[in-house]
Amino acid sequence: MKPPKFEFFRATSVQDAVAALNEFGDGARILAGGHSLVPMMNLRLARPTHLIDITRIPGLDQVEERSDGVVIGAAARHCDVEHSEIANRVCPLLPEALKLVAHETIRNRGTVCGNLAHADPRSELPAVALALDAVFTIAGVSGERQVPASEFFLGPFMTAVGPAEMLVSVKFPAIAKSAGYAIAEFARTHGNYALAGAASLIETDASGAVTRATVSLFGLSSRPLRATKAEKTLLGKIATAEIVEQAATAALEGVECSEDMHGSADYRAKIGRVYAARVINSAIARANAGENK
Amino acid sequence: MSGSEKHNITLVVNGEKQMVNVESRALLHDVLRRDLGLVGVHAGCEHGVCGACTIHIDGKSARACLTLAVQIDGSKVDTVEGLADGTKLHPIQEAFWRCNGLQCGFCTPGMLMRVSEFLEINPNPTRDEAREAIASNICRCTGYQHIVDSVMEAAGRLRGEEWSATAGIPATELRDTVKETL
Repeated sequence: MKPPKFEFFRATSVQDAVAALNEFGDGARILAGGHSLVPMMNLRLARPTHLIDITRIPGLDQVEERSDGVVIGAAARHCDVEHSEIANRVCPLLPEALKLVAHETIRNRGTVCGNLAHADPRSELPAVALALDAVFTIAGVSGERQVPASEFFLGPFMTAVGPAEMLVSVKFPAIAKSAGYAIAEFARTHGNYALAGAASLIETDASGAVTRATVSLFGLSSRPLRATKAEKTLLGKIATAEIVEQAATAALEGVECSEDMHGSADYRAKIGRVYAARVINSAIARANAGENK
Repeated sequence: MSGSEKHNITLVVNGEKQMVNVESRALLHDVLRRDLGLVGVHAGCEHGVCGACTIHIDGKSARACLTLAVQIDGSKVDTVEGLADGTKLHPIQEAFWRCNGLQCGFCTPGMLMRVSEFLEINPNPTRDEAREAIASNICRCTGYQHIVDSVMEAAGRLRGEEWSATAGIPATELRDTVKETL
């Protein structure tokens, strides 16, 4: 249970890291908190030839406020974001989701961008990024490009980040004060990856009709999913119990759930439906109660 | 940017400056155990699940088995060896002793380091909070009840309260009794 041999490089800037990725080729990987990569190396599921440490690149660990959201640098750790005044004020769904990510000890070292770039389909943060339409900034030798969350998660552990590229930061858009949000998951034990989970963001008008609805699912399939059918069901309607049930059912329509020793596809779909309903209800209650108003 | 197979790193371990020459792939728990002889850092699952290797890096709990030693060059590291003051147990250690918070003891160093961080953040926890705090650490002996008791006792003791009546024999008295019978 020790990692295979590799060479360690400490990058001093993003350009430096990208140049190193380019120089060392396919075997090179970016190392931030190491809390996804190092276990995979210990289990010999990953055998990088070079690790490029980005944790000491000046400014990369920042959590910064923008006019339209919060930008999280690639070296910002879970705990930094969870306790960030900016993240809690601008995008409170994110710190709420972080409380579901593993345990405090893990959150002390793991990074938000590392979690997203790892793209575990059972992970909470990719679903939050999808629900909020987060924007990813990816750097390569030819410069930076921006990728919306909808085009970032390609499959299990697969993202839009190319072999000689690195994720530099992610911007989570601000949540309106009048909006309701929620995340919930079912995991076998506290801190474990979810069997099924959902996140939602809902805005309502003065009459209580839904003016904006996003629902995302995680743990169910090979990648996090936007439940667009559920969103369409909710949009423009007063969210009665019946509508929420319809939306939750719609959320799982056409979803091919994965199967493993923790649960069958059918079981996952049932749990997923329950949790979709739960987050929609919580988000609506918060939006209506004006918890943020 | 620099790259080579082995690296000279400096760590401040339990208050003492240590220079070690490590391979890139050396995990922190192996460096602490093999190079520095701190075998209180237990190697359990070695992929971040069990918590037996929990130590503090720059004052925050961390999994030594998921940390490459070279990556934390220059950091302050605290292990279970730094908890006691000579032969005088730290109140958390004494609480674990009094409340039977351990049986085989394999998880104990990790538990102690996790709990010492937790009680600094939350000096007045509820039992549920204590339970959640140790959820990151696996114990296969105690069933956790006595560990939660220990955390609650330690919290009281660290707040300056007396040991509760159910908290067992005081460590110092036990030691004296053992001395007398020898």
